[in-house]
Amino acid sequence: MARLTEDNVRLAREIIARYPRPRSATIPLLHLAQQQDGYVTNDAMAHIGELVGATSAEVFGTASFYEMFKFEPVGKYLVNICGTMSCALLGAEELIHHAEHRLGVKLGGTTPDGNFTLERAECQAACTEAPCLQVNYRYRYRVTTDEFDSLIDDLAAGRLDDEIPPHGTVARVRQRISPDRGVGAVPPEDVVEAPSWLDGKAAL
Amino acid sequence: MSTTETTPEENVPPADPNAVRLTINGREVEARKGEWIIAAADRSGDYIPRFCYHPRMESVGMCRQCLVEVEGPRGPMMVVSCMTPVADGQIVRTDTPQVKRAHEGILELLLANHPLDCPVCDKGGECPLQDQAFSHGPGESRFIEEKRHYEKPIPISDIVLLDRERCILCDRCTRFADEVAGDALIHFTSRGNNTQVLTFPDEPFSSYFSGNTVQICPVGALTAKPYRFKARPWDLEKVESTCTTCSVGCRITVESSRDQLLRYQGVDSEPVNWSWLCDKGRFNFEAVESDDRLGEPLVTSDGAFASASWSVALRRAATLVSEAIAEGGASSVAILGGARGTNEDAFAWASFAKALGIDLVDAQMGDGLPSSVFGYPQATIDEAAHAKTVILLGPDLKEELPVLHLRLRDASEKKRSRLVELSPKETGLTRYAWSSTLHEPGLQVTAAESLLDDPKVAAQITSGSVVIVVGRGNLAESPEFTMEALRRIMARVPSAKVLPVLRRGNVRGAIHAGLSTADTADVLRAAIDGRVNCLITVGADPIADFPDSDLVRRAMAAIPRRISVDTFLTASNQNADVVLPAAAFGEKDGTTTSAEGRVTQLARKITVHGTARPDWMIAVELADLLGVELPMGSVHEVHDAMVNSIREFAPVSREALRRDPDGVLVAKSSEIRDESATRTPNDRAGFAYRLVVSRKLYDNGRNVEKSPSLAPLAPGSSLYLHPLDLDRLGAVDGAQVKVIGDRTSIVMKVQSDPSVQRGTAWVPFNQSGPDIGELIDAGRPVNDVRVETL
Amino acid sequence: MSAQGSYAHAPGFFVGDRPKIVTSRFEYDDSHTLERYLATGGYEGLRVALTRPAADIHEAVKSATVLGRGGAGFPAGTKWGLTPQGVFPRYLVVNGDESEPGTYKDRLLMERDPHQLIEGCLIACYAAGLSQCFLYIRGEMAVAQERVAAALNEAYAAGYVGRNVLGSRFSIDITLHWGAGAYVVGEETALIESLEGNRGMPRLKPPYFPAAIGLYGQPTIVNNVETLANLPWIMQHGADAYTAIGTPTSPGTRMVAVSGHVKRPGVYEIVNGTTTFRDLIFGEDFCGGMRDGNELKAFVPGGGSAPWFTPEQLDLPFEASQIGPAGSMLGSGAIMVMDHTTDIPRAALTLTRFYAHESCGKCTPCREGGTWLERILSRIVDGKGTDADLDQLFEVGESICPGAFPHASSSKLGLAATPFPYRMNTICFVGPSAYAPIHSALTLFRDEFESRVTKRQRIPVTGVVS
Ligand SMILES: Cc1cc2nc3c(=O)[nH]c(=O)nc-3n(C[C@H](O)[C@H](O)[C@H](O)COP(=O)(O)O)c2cc1C
Ligand code: SF4
Ligand code: FES
Repeated sequence: MARLTEDNVRLAREIIARYPRPRSATIPLLHLAQQQDGYVTNDAMAHIGELVGATSAEVFGTASFYEMFKFEPVGKYLVNICGTMSCALLGAEELIHHAEHRLGVKLGGTTPDGNFTLERAECQAACTEAPCLQVNYRYRYRVTTDEFDSLIDDLAAGRLDDEIPPHGTVARVRQRISPDRGVGAVPPEDVVEAPSWLDGKAAL
Repeated sequence: MSTTETTPEENVPPADPNAVRLTINGREVEARKGEWIIAAADRSGDYIPRFCYHPRMESVGMCRQCLVEVEGPRGPMMVVSCMTPVADGQIVRTDTPQVKRAHEGILELLLANHPLDCPVCDKGGECPLQDQAFSHGPGESRFIEEKRHYEKPIPISDIVLLDRERCILCDRCTRFADEVAGDALIHFTSRGNNTQVLTFPDEPFSSYFSGNTVQICPVGALTAKPYRFKARPWDLEKVESTCTTCSVGCRITVESSRDQLLRYQGVDSEPVNWSWLCDKGRFNFEAVESDDRLGEPLVTSDGAFASASWSVALRRAATLVSEAIAEGGASSVAILGGARGTNEDAFAWASFAKALGIDLVDAQMGDGLPSSVFGYPQATIDEAAHAKTVILLGPDLKEELPVLHLRLRDASEKKRSRLVELSPKETGLTRYAWSSTLHEPGLQVTAAESLLDDPKVAAQITSGSVVIVVGRGNLAESPEFTMEALRRIMARVPSAKVLPVLRRGNVRGAIHAGLSTADTADVLRAAIDGRVNCLITVGADPIADFPDSDLVRRAMAAIPRRISVDTFLTASNQNADVVLPAAAFGEKDGTTTSAEGRVTQLARKITVHGTARPDWMIAVELADLLGVELPMGSVHEVHDAMVNSIREFAPVSREALRRDPDGVLVAKSSEIRDESATRTPNDRAGFAYRLVVSRKLYDNGRNVEKSPSLAPLAPGSSLYLHPLDLDRLGAVDGAQVKVIGDRTSIVMKVQSDPSVQRGTAWVPFNQSGPDIGELIDAGRPVNDVRVETL
Repeated sequence: MSAQGSYAHAPGFFVGDRPKIVTSRFEYDDSHTLERYLATGGYEGLRVALTRPAADIHEAVKSATVLGRGGAGFPAGTKWGLTPQGVFPRYLVVNGDESEPGTYKDRLLMERDPHQLIEGCLIACYAAGLSQCFLYIRGEMAVAQERVAAALNEAYAAGYVGRNVLGSRFSIDITLHWGAGAYVVGEETALIESLEGNRGMPRLKPPYFPAAIGLYGQPTIVNNVETLANLPWIMQHGADAYTAIGTPTSPGTRMVAVSGHVKRPGVYEIVNGTTTFRDLIFGEDFCGGMRDGNELKAFVPGGGSAPWFTPEQLDLPFEASQIGPAGSMLGSGAIMVMDHTTDIPRAALTLTRFYAHESCGKCTPCREGGTWLERILSRIVDGKGTDADLDQLFEVGESICPGAFPHASSSKLGLAATPFPYRMNTICFVGPSAYAPIHSALTLFRDEFESRVTKRQRIPVTGVVS
């Protein structure tokens, strides 16, 4: 598996061009690789290194720092149950316990059909909606054990395909800057002057 | 300096705007603006414990061991001394109960997950963690949880192993790899308590500089195969010396135990190596300890070598020389070599030659540059690394003078210098170069001229100091092209200085000592003409080193008497009449002269192998048997004689050397006119590729081949073509191809390499496998080949 | 259970009648679209700004005293003025990495009103002369990323972002960037490392104050999402209107998330400086009291890093100058409320585990100490601790944060408050934050720990020394 496809290389170059230095695109490109393959392959990391001018070890060093990047295949749905304070105060442990039971896997495990991977996550910024979880980074709030079961049923039956893409895809909307509107990123060393509008006059 | 005319006021030096006075533990300390507190404290003798801080790398302030208290507006503040700059009037305390508690606390935390396997750890006894636990630690760990577990040492390269359980995550090795070596092949991975140093899967830390990480690791996490489990640090004895593997002249300690060399460590010499070494220099002590070392003289009898006593062997050698002189006079005796020994060795052999009237003498093996290169104003390594512009004209420094490569890389990365490169092939410095021009072999003059005509380059060059680093970048090309390019650049930039980079350890010393009155190619041609009756090789292997294999082979075959002084049997001395075993590095005292002309001391650490003798002594004894008395009874006497009779060596008295362990620069050579002819490259005449032949760090030389840890790293012989040329040829990467010159053809592997220019073929020199020297005609300005698929 | 699209369970903004500066559009279902934004005064603040010299706008923001909402509470206008003179380019990095336990506001602002944030970024870049803006959104916030991306695409097409904004001489790119899951990246220097493509490990300040040496080594302003979201309103209504709300030292409003054992957990836009914790937890316009009429035991006033308060501190207002001396901080506007049923050691453990897990690994005290604290505490929670472990928690804490650690007063225990801040042996606050909950819990509720541990049996040593 797999270096980035031709289409993704094109997209990668578009992303890289938005930064003054190519290496800034490392994390976005790792996401792109994960979107392509469901997880981040070694070949993809080496390829990203070539694209942004880093060694594979540097790309791996960056990638492995972040929770979201997986280096082995995970389930089609990554179920992240929040276990931090606010959720813990309102039953996160019970929900996790129930989820383990329902899916038949321990935390970190993947169901044999490859559909679900269960993880405990840290605070998801939905503390007032405890206990909460994310499926492929789409939220469910104030989840009861019954609701958890029907969520799993719905996912397994494909009833949520419209809302929840398979693991790897995070945002489905990408920034696009048309060349006639964008200013263009410039390496910092090529900028020497103050922005033109800092001349003491109004810009409009 | 005279003080008679100055008034007392004028005598007070002007206030240094960068001087800063601070107080450390109640005592006033002088420092310079921008310096870290820890550096000032080191000088004032207030030792602050530390792990991540290394004076030659950027501070990261992450181990937190070096905390001190600095008086602030709201009372004392705890800061890391390795990343807090000194300030005027600053009040620093390193000894309060609060600081002591912090030091103990951090140390206890570092030890929490440390395996404490000191009794089986190579570092035990010289381990900063162990030492600081002893002097600054709480004495007892209260950590009763289960420790982190990792697979015990994993190889991260062919030479280095990593024990992640011992690692304290100081970021030294990883910073070194990225910041100093430019080989970011090891990196922190994962996060938090799981952070670990790793390589990318299946991409080893194959850096020429990997051994430095072992030296700077503050615990026993990184170990090197050649030293692992060989000794306990408290059994090691050490002396300071200079590495002579190449001509950078890195200062090292030579360390041994029970009369066996076990380790070299880099010494921080400010003008030279900043404590770094390359792996070849660091680990080739294995060759000194090799079982293949010559331990007794060998004399041929009935076509085979037989051991002989020194007196027999020396007498035999003397007979050979006197027979030759009797037959054809002193001008029929030749001496090749001397660039791998000490200055004293070279001077003794030069004196030998002079006394006997021998002038077919050369220390270079046809793979260097004419000694007229020393006639230009000379630059030091430090001057090069601080020049506004460094013009690189010649070899790939990463392969030939690796630590000079590091210094120049640093100069470029720290934005002190801009590198302007002219090379037949991309080099290790190409990616750091401000401008890099690849020229066709033989066309460096045109390339240099058009480069200097470029207004941007011209402006750069006039913006400040210029140093030209010049050496032999292509063994398949006449050195005159490089000399001509140098001449043209000097004509345009008369204020420029030159740093010659001839690679062999003491080649500059040998040349100054007088061991280069002829040119090896001329000596070999004379031999073929039957004009050489006796050849003495002194630590030289012309068959391996001289680029034109056909010429050297025919020449050697035509010489009736051959005497060799060497540490090993080589291609060149295996048929010699007499082989005299020489003392190796670490077995003899003396001095050496680096590429920049810095003379430093070499020290003996172990007793010689077998009955081997230092080269100088062999010269003196042989002279004696030939009826010539050289007044040199000891290495000191040789040195003094040299200082007294050679102008370049005049400043390097023993007294001067003792004063400055960093060494003393040789005096400027008297104006040597560069009179080499201007040549034009020959036509390609149907040959598709111009040959570029140059060295890789690891080759078939004795130092590498006899070091078991290094030998496997030599890449072997291959022809490298640009990928597009390879496509055009219709060959696949790794296929065997026929390489055709106008003399002969050889079959070798072809490999794709984008750093090779189109229309040129690059072959590393002196590798095992097919010999590219077969296709090099030393008489041609440039050499061309055709390549055919099989 | 409800899905993300529905806000039925986050009723905070609909309760009560208070000034709304940043949540004014939250009641609309299409609040995230350009159409709705323009229909509700959108991009008018930008237009006002561009008709005046940049320096005037900077001055206006300075006089409004917009306190940073990311945690440190440093006024934005003053921060912009800290960049060294004459050094360009300078950048804006928007901190949308919201992950402090208990904090929930920036995500709402990005999902519900992305154009307001974009307009805030534009005003900041114009006023401070910044060359490019990077909008860093937390990796796990898929919908926020989609909403902001869509909004940026609309805004670029409509001429609000990019070349010659609104036809003026002001040109700026806003680059959407997104993370990949690491709490510490919210720390501004780690955010910059991450944006440079590296591991998100904080840099030492000094020397790496972003305003001086930030992104690519250039002067860089890092501002929180909510901080910037205030700017369009200030441009439209003036700095005076802003400072008329709240108190002089804490003007305007701020968003606060109240979670845990209250009747009506939610995100509320409150008046700064005057609203008290009692108002928030018990007020009918806010959470309406404790769930099931239970008793309040303790609350975390400013995000998981903050030392805890008890009912004794309920009447303190949202005013940093009063919270600090009382032993804690306001941080990121996150209140986590615990009722009397709460297992205090276990609650502390969830927080300590969070910070231990989120340590970047750079500083020894945080990397080793955080996990050590977590291990000891989980042993205690599991009933396997000893009384010596309690002291050991303080000992490890001392190695992370030397000296007195802040805590609230307690008349019940006869404790006076130790004021915020603390001293620390680490680069950033993650290490100390692993200790803060333990220190608070153990100081204020020591009995709950003591009942969990077994007294160490001292086995007499015999024979060696008489
Ligand atoms: C460990 C740590 C985590 C932080 N996380 C965030 C965060 O998620 N979002 C945020 O805006 N600021 C966070 N901050 C604060 C930032 O470092 C920075 O002060 C802030 O983004 C500045 O913006 P402001 O001045 O507008 O508040 C964090 C700080 C620390 C020490
Ligand atoms: S305190 Fe922790 S998270 Fe912060 S820099 Fe240090 S190790 Fe990293
Ligand atoms: S030596 Fe200063 S923090 Fe490590």
